[in-house]
Amino acid sequence: MPITEIVLVILLILLAPFSVAGLSLINTGLGRSRSAAHCLLTSLCIFAVAAGVYVICGFAWQGYIGAPAHVIVVAGRQWNWLARGSFFLRGIEFDGAPISLAAGLQIFSVGLAALIPMGACLDRWRLSAACASTALLAGWTYPLFAHWVWGGGWLAQLGINAAMGHGVIDAGGSGTIQAVGGLTALALAWILGPRRGKYSLEGMPTAIPGHNAVLILLGCFLAFFGWLGLNSAGAILFTGAAPGRIVLISINTALAAGAAVLAAVLITGMRFGRPDVSISANGWVGGLVASSASCAFISPLAALVIGAIAGALVTYSVEWFELHLGVDDPGGAISVHALGGIWGLLAVAIFARFPAPAVDIGGGLFRAASTRDAGQALAQAVAVATLIGFVLPLTYGLNLALNRIWPQRVAMEGERQGLDLYELGGGAYPEFVTHSDEFGQFR
Amino acid sequence: MKLAGFLLLLAGWAIVVAAVVLLIPANARVIFVVAGVGVEMIGLTLVIRSNPLAAREKE
Repeated sequence: MPITEIVLVILLILLAPFSVAGLSLINTGLGRSRSAAHCLLTSLCIFAVAAGVYVICGFAWQGYIGAPAHVIVVAGRQWNWLARGSFFLRGIEFDGAPISLAAGLQIFSVGLAALIPMGACLDRWRLSAACASTALLAGWTYPLFAHWVWGGGWLAQLGINAAMGHGVIDAGGSGTIQAVGGLTALALAWILGPRRGKYSLEGMPTAIPGHNAVLILLGCFLAFFGWLGLNSAGAILFTGAAPGRIVLISINTALAAGAAVLAAVLITGMRFGRPDVSISANGWVGGLVASSASCAFISPLAALVIGAIAGALVTYSVEWFELHLGVDDPGGAISVHALGGIWGLLAVAIFARFPAPAVDIGGGLFRAASTRDAGQALAQAVAVATLIGFVLPLTYGLNLALNRIWPQRVAMEGERQGLDLYELGGGAYPEFVTHSDEFGQFR
Repeated sequence: MKLAGFLLLLAGWAIVVAAVVLLIPANARVIFVVAGVGVEMIGLTLVIRSNPLAAREKE
């Protein structure tokens, strides 16, 4: 890579941590005041554990395009299923080589993916258990799927091996980061169960609003900066997008988020008489999530459509999960990241165009095609099928097994006191009377 | 029921992978991928319905 491109990618990578900061603030604001400090401290610890475990073994199994890997030969073709790198990033020269840049970006990407389940587990997830679960995600679940899409694995090879378009395209991580994190959030929400007082004996949900709208909305702004870095750096490193596409990527990211939040504001305004802050904020993030996979290869008009659909999807699915499926998701993590990420992957098939110079990875990984390829839709569908049919059972099984030996949910007394007092010994707002229990009969 | 649901999820994914790896004709591949996704959806439905709160809402 030319030195100017290396510097550019490094600057983009350094924007990525803002996504982690933004999501942490959003989660904290959507949770209860009695667990605010615990939420932020857990977010810090999750990021620390994710980064550490990923450096130890995660990147060794994720690898990069062209790096050594384990392959299976089936039907006369090689299918790459796991990288064969060295632990602790040994052997990687940090001299601006693409693999070193990818390792840098992935540290922040895995931190973001590991933080997503926090949104669904607010107010009841033990700090130690969150760290243990994060180690599983960062050490195994995330690297495995990310290798298949970004590391030259079998999903990326679908173009070469099976003539399916360019293989799975996921520039900024709608599938690898967002959907993996969102499906892990779903698995944990099932395992942990709902918050105390969330559902009545009849099964009707009770509203437990977030405690700080300013944190939520400030987090949205910070997340936007992070997503600019994720989408741009990911598109350059993992799909070979030309650096000049960064302007288009930035425009598309902004338009998608904007269309999503406006859709959410309009829909909640029409349905409830006034716009809902938390759902609108979730809509904004949903637009960012959905834009990630296709940001480098869609027109601005398509970005508007993708974002608007993402905003509507998040708005209705938050209620659907809570009311009809009995899943307590305070931060909307499942709707925003799992459903938004899946929509982002499918949107590539519907809206993306791949002019030949736009996709150019050394090693011939991506099959060159200058026109829209119907096989691309099938490749994206295979990626979605893999997420739902393999990643979800995998992450559920791992966390269920962990729960047997290391209970993930805090004791009921801890939930009543608030995690700040119970686990940390001090509240985030010690000078204020922050809560009173107002619930009647509950399960 | 939850275990059956997860097994169906894995089975559906296996059908999709087998279709991609083993089948050559595009039409056959599409049909079997769609079939695999269908099996996954059945499995996901079973897993969702096994949630006590969701099951109670259905009654």
